[in-house]
Amino acid sequence: MTIPGSELEIHETETPVEDDSVVSVAGRSPTQLAIARFRADKLSMISFVLSVFIVLCAIAAPILVLLGVLHPNDFHQELLSDDGVAPAGRFGGISWDHPFGVDPGAGRDLLARLMLAITSSLTIALTGTIFTVIIGAVLGIVAGFSGGFVDAVIGRIIDLTLSFPQTLMLLALSGPVVVMIRQDVADFPGFGFFTNPDLANGAFVIVILAAFGWPPVARVVRGQVLSIREREFIEAARLLGASRRRLYFKEVLPNVWAPVLVYVTLLVPAYISAEAAFNFLGVGIKPPTPTLGNILADSVSYTSADPMYFFLPGALLALIVVVFNLVGDGARDALDPKSHR
Amino acid sequence: MTNDTTNQDLAPEDAVAPRAGHGASVAPSGAKPILEVDQLRMYFPVKSPGLFRRTVGQVQAVDGVSFQVAEATSLGLVGESGCGKSTTGRLITRLYKPTAGAIRFEGQDIAQAKASELKPLRREIQMIFQDPYTSLNPRQTVGSIVGAPLAIHKTLPKDKILPRVQELLEIVGLNPEHYNRYPHEFSGGQRQRIGIARALTLQPKLLVADEPVSALDVSIQAQVINLLQDIQNEFGVAFLFIAHDLAIVRHFCPEIAVMYLGKIVEIGDRDSIYKNAHHPYTQALLSAVPDVKQAATGARIERIRLQGDVPSPIDPPSGCRFRTRCPIAQEICARHEPPLLQIGRRHKVACHFPGRLGQAPREPLTAGLLGVDAVGRPDPGASPSPDLVEQPGYADTWFDLDNKSIGRA
Repeated sequence: MTIPGSELEIHETETPVEDDSVVSVAGRSPTQLAIARFRADKLSMISFVLSVFIVLCAIAAPILVLLGVLHPNDFHQELLSDDGVAPAGRFGGISWDHPFGVDPGAGRDLLARLMLAITSSLTIALTGTIFTVIIGAVLGIVAGFSGGFVDAVIGRIIDLTLSFPQTLMLLALSGPVVVMIRQDVADFPGFGFFTNPDLANGAFVIVILAAFGWPPVARVVRGQVLSIREREFIEAARLLGASRRRLYFKEVLPNVWAPVLVYVTLLVPAYISAEAAFNFLGVGIKPPTPTLGNILADSVSYTSADPMYFFLPGALLALIVVVFNLVGDGARDALDPKSHR
Repeated sequence: MTNDTTNQDLAPEDAVAPRAGHGASVAPSGAKPILEVDQLRMYFPVKSPGLFRRTVGQVQAVDGVSFQVAEATSLGLVGESGCGKSTTGRLITRLYKPTAGAIRFEGQDIAQAKASELKPLRREIQMIFQDPYTSLNPRQTVGSIVGAPLAIHKTLPKDKILPRVQELLEIVGLNPEHYNRYPHEFSGGQRQRIGIARALTLQPKLLVADEPVSALDVSIQAQVINLLQDIQNEFGVAFLFIAHDLAIVRHFCPEIAVMYLGKIVEIGDRDSIYKNAHHPYTQALLSAVPDVKQAATGARIERIRLQGDVPSPIDPPSGCRFRTRCPIAQEICARHEPPLLQIGRRHKVACHFPGRLGQAPREPLTAGLLGVDAVGRPDPGASPSPDLVEQPGYADTWFDLDNKSIGRA
């Protein structure tokens, strides 16, 4: 009994069933999964689109000023009412030429001023966040990985920083430090731009935000590093003879950045409102350069004469803070699906 | 146990056992040791909290351990949690730096080697980890995990890494096309296979398997154990197999060492330990293993229940460390630490009263060797035997329990 050759061939053609499984086996990384989860969340996506729009406004504003589309510093006395203070017309003088109205007392276009205000406020908040995260992440990784004496010293520095009276320091130092930035720092080659008072004042706010904002980041990173350090894949990498650099950047850092990213998205709105509060106290970028803080501070004098002048920047500030917060919440939910609110 | 290894002692020294199926390889008694551990000690400092941390004590995790692992065989290391078996594994892979003692790998002492000296050695000694859920970096693909050793040691050009990774995945029984998947897409058993593939990447000569299957389901355990045996047969890898499951160790290892509180209490080939245990701790451990055959015939041996907990390794008991829980302990046990005495061709035991279960001698057999009387007081008439120093491996002469003298085969 021999098997006919034709039957053998049939078996041959039937065997490669594995083709289907071979076609698409590319796995999805934890990051890709998180992005998919984020996209599935409607509220997060709406706030993300809004936050992108806000950032685009911030980028566009100075360009539009340069192109002559926006005129944030053109006075329009003719648009003010007879007393020369409140804008003529309803709702703070809303018109086609000035969709958000004009500011009382000077008649400058409020839309242009608010867009520029977003630029300066966001720049300060984002730069402050970046410095905060860099300081916090470096100290957190060092503390978490070294342990022992170094960890204890960094822990004490964190305690000291947190117990410092931040607002008092801010008010007390603003005068001398800004002068120092404008004169001494600006003397260094390449730092000449600090003679500009706006940049010097902004830099001071960033320094204060970063100097007092890093401890929570360091704590988050340190805790994360502590838990990752004990996992066996770190031992496995060590066992393979991996360099310190590889350990930090390829094994540890990719596992740390998710909680850091969440913290960052929550830090940006906090810094925007902090910057506004500082401005209110008279620290930070000074008028006529607009920021959300100094417009709000200015508007307080006109609350009865022109309520819209107070309402619009206030609402804008609230919107920015809420939107960035929602993005942060969404990022946390997407990156850590096991956490519950 | 299906493989009959009872004739092992009678077999010629260079006999190679037939390797059919997945039976454990038989220890060729003349095989060259690839790893020799001599009086290995690891004391972890206990530090006071605060900024200035003083050392307030020491955890004697491993306290004078000696053994050998022969080429292409397996030594099983068993014991309770916290007895120092994992620490021993991490010392041999030099994840820890030992406090004292020697680790001779192919004759070269690596106990105090520096990181740069260790790097070439990393290719020879690798490790399989216990928990497949933490031993793989969740942010790396399987391809980069398994290929990492090649990237670190730069043994292959970059474009050759992927084919090698796929080859390795195939060896451990995974789909080679899955190299760009992430660990979370695999089951526990599959992850452990990935960990095994990573350990094999550099073609090591010695694998330290730290409880490689204790985190897996029983059905998966058998598969992984069979995989490890296939690997051993195919590539001639020696294993230091750390486990607390005596049945698996019996299946996998021709030689077994039993640890208690940082010390080896009994070491020997499979039959010496499983059929001829002389240490009360080994006997207690063995009596705790469920045995289907005995349960069916009703001939179940009475289980020995040890009283109390393992003492703290920060402040271990004087003399014999097991005496606080030992059913046959006497006065001498508190005064003198029993030497690890060779009592058979391939069998050593550290007990003053070594004997089969229920047949322990009433007088301490070691008193004469230590130069003391029966309760451990110095005996002016006797002098301590000079050759009690613990050596890795086995001597040609041993202490004959029946004649109470050092004899020869």
